[in-house]
Amino acid sequence: MRFSKRKILDLLSAYWMYAGIALVVILFGFIGVVLFIKASPVFYEQSVSDILFSDDWKPLSGKFGMLAFIISSLYITLIAVAISAPVCLLAAIFLTQYADRRLLTLMQPVIDILAGLPSVIYGVWGIIVIVPFVSDVIAPAFGRETNGYTILSAGLVLAVMIIPFMLNIMIEVLRSVPTDLKEASLSLGATYWQTIKYVVVKKSFPGIASAIGLGVSRAFGETIAVLMVAGNVTRVPENVFQPGYPLPALIANNYGEMMSIPLYDSALMLAALVLFVVVIFFNLIARSSIIRLEKYS
Amino acid sequence: MNNPKIKIQGLDLHIHKQHILKGINLEIPANKITVIIGPSGCGKTTLLKTINRLTDEYSGVKHSGSITIDGIEVLNTRNGLTEIRQKAGLLSQRPYPLPMSIFNNVAYGLKISGRKRKSALRPRVEHLLRMASLWEEVKDRLNDPAASLSIGQQQRLCLARGLAVNPDIILADEPTSALDPLSSQAIEQKFQELSGQYTIVMVTHILRQARRIADYVIFMYLGEVIEFGSAEEFFSNPKHEKTKAYLSGVFN
Ligand SMILES: Nc1ncnc2c1ncn2[C@@H]1O[C@H](COP(=O)(O)OP(=O)(O)OP(=O)(O)O)[C@@H](O)[C@H]1O
Ligand SMILES: [Mg+2]
Repeated sequence: MRFSKRKILDLLSAYWMYAGIALVVILFGFIGVVLFIKASPVFYEQSVSDILFSDDWKPLSGKFGMLAFIISSLYITLIAVAISAPVCLLAAIFLTQYADRRLLTLMQPVIDILAGLPSVIYGVWGIIVIVPFVSDVIAPAFGRETNGYTILSAGLVLAVMIIPFMLNIMIEVLRSVPTDLKEASLSLGATYWQTIKYVVVKKSFPGIASAIGLGVSRAFGETIAVLMVAGNVTRVPENVFQPGYPLPALIANNYGEMMSIPLYDSALMLAALVLFVVVIFFNLIARSSIIRLEKYS
Repeated sequence: MNNPKIKIQGLDLHIHKQHILKGINLEIPANKITVIIGPSGCGKTTLLKTINRLTDEYSGVKHSGSITIDGIEVLNTRNGLTEIRQKAGLLSQRPYPLPMSIFNNVAYGLKISGRKRKSALRPRVEHLLRMASLWEEVKDRLNDPAASLSIGQQQRLCLARGLAVNPDIILADEPTSALDPLSSQAIEQKFQELSGQYTIVMVTHILRQARRIADYVIFMYLGEVIEFGSAEEFFSNPKHEKTKAYLSGVFN
């Protein structure tokens, strides 16, 4: 009696697990399929390459070239990651390899809190600090004039925002390098810095790469904070001191409004689909690079 | 003993106020195998790592006393850490191949100290891999990651890697404890071959292994050296009660 009861429980819990996994996968596919179906009407009017590579965005005349938004998103993401990745790597190296262990223990909750702050707070902080900083200090230094709502501001806010997120992963990664491995290198006469460069960082490379990949997908999809400081002007930005209009901001600002324009919601769905695909792409890259590179190190 | 390779005098070591090594005095002879035995936690690993200054990397370490290699002070000096560590290489309990190819593992020590030109590396690497009896097994896959080797092969790779920087002394911390019997035997044999040119200090928990290869034996207990002597005398006629007890298996 007891045995069969346990067996039933076992079976039940196994089923629950499978059901949970299936639910996640189905939900995931469901989002993709719905986005695709909703976006498809716009394909009948315009070719995909026109949509992705033309900057002609005139919804009223049925022109949905999204280049301005795509370029803005790429630009902002690039700035954010170019700043945050090296900062995180150096900070993680310092905290795990040089600093007193107590400092790391002290910093860990701070980083966690920063990583968990709602993004609207980063947006507000961006408006109060970064926007004036860009308009009053950085832009004049480069001989530019701007109100501060620029690609650069969005990139900076985003950089600050993903730093705690990336830093957390990198600390975890660097901390997992065994002490004995470091000692092996030191025993061969390598200096501490050589050991970090050639052994610790190299060993952690898959993890570092995936942290950056996850940072990219996080940055690319971030909506509110970026929307608040990017300026949101529909034009392909020529330099970082011009305003931009990233994809997530486009969707968040316009969905539900102006829906009377034909195909407008399809175009927004397409923007969402692009976002969805890019974010998944970088996530997959990040995760598969862990697996592939781990084999090699 | 005249002309000991390593001379340790009045060595005390504390980690965070914990007294780990207590008043160690030792004279380790050149070109012999000296085996350190003793119960777990008695400070064997710490003693080895003090000799090549790896204990410098631990937080809260304080030491006093002196260690000399060939009459040159190595403990109380600020320079030449690279030279000291290359002179006394460490072979650890489990092999830790560096995250790079088999070839580069062996070449690593040469490259970082910038001592060899690229063209001279290849024959040197081959020579070292032959010394560690690994060449035949890896000659066609030198660019494979070192992690792809078996554990036993990895340990021989670590040996070759350590020999690359021309050490005089090999500090080996239970170098066979993670290996299968055949690989263990290979390492033991290597040590016996090498002992003509190298001073080998080896920690082991396996008494039979100590009997097989030791020229001299050190018995440690709770951070102290209890007994030190030639293997013959040590095993046939131990002087100290604790040594006798350990040898008869009371501690294990
Ligand atoms: N980094 C460290 N920080 C604090 N204490 C340490 C550290 N390394 C070693 N110890 C302590 O020093 C003592 C000796 O350790 P050690 O590793 O030298 O022993 P051992 O003889 O090699 O033992 P085993 O046979 O188990 O390897 C132990 O009590 C250990 O807890
Ligand atoms: Mg030990």
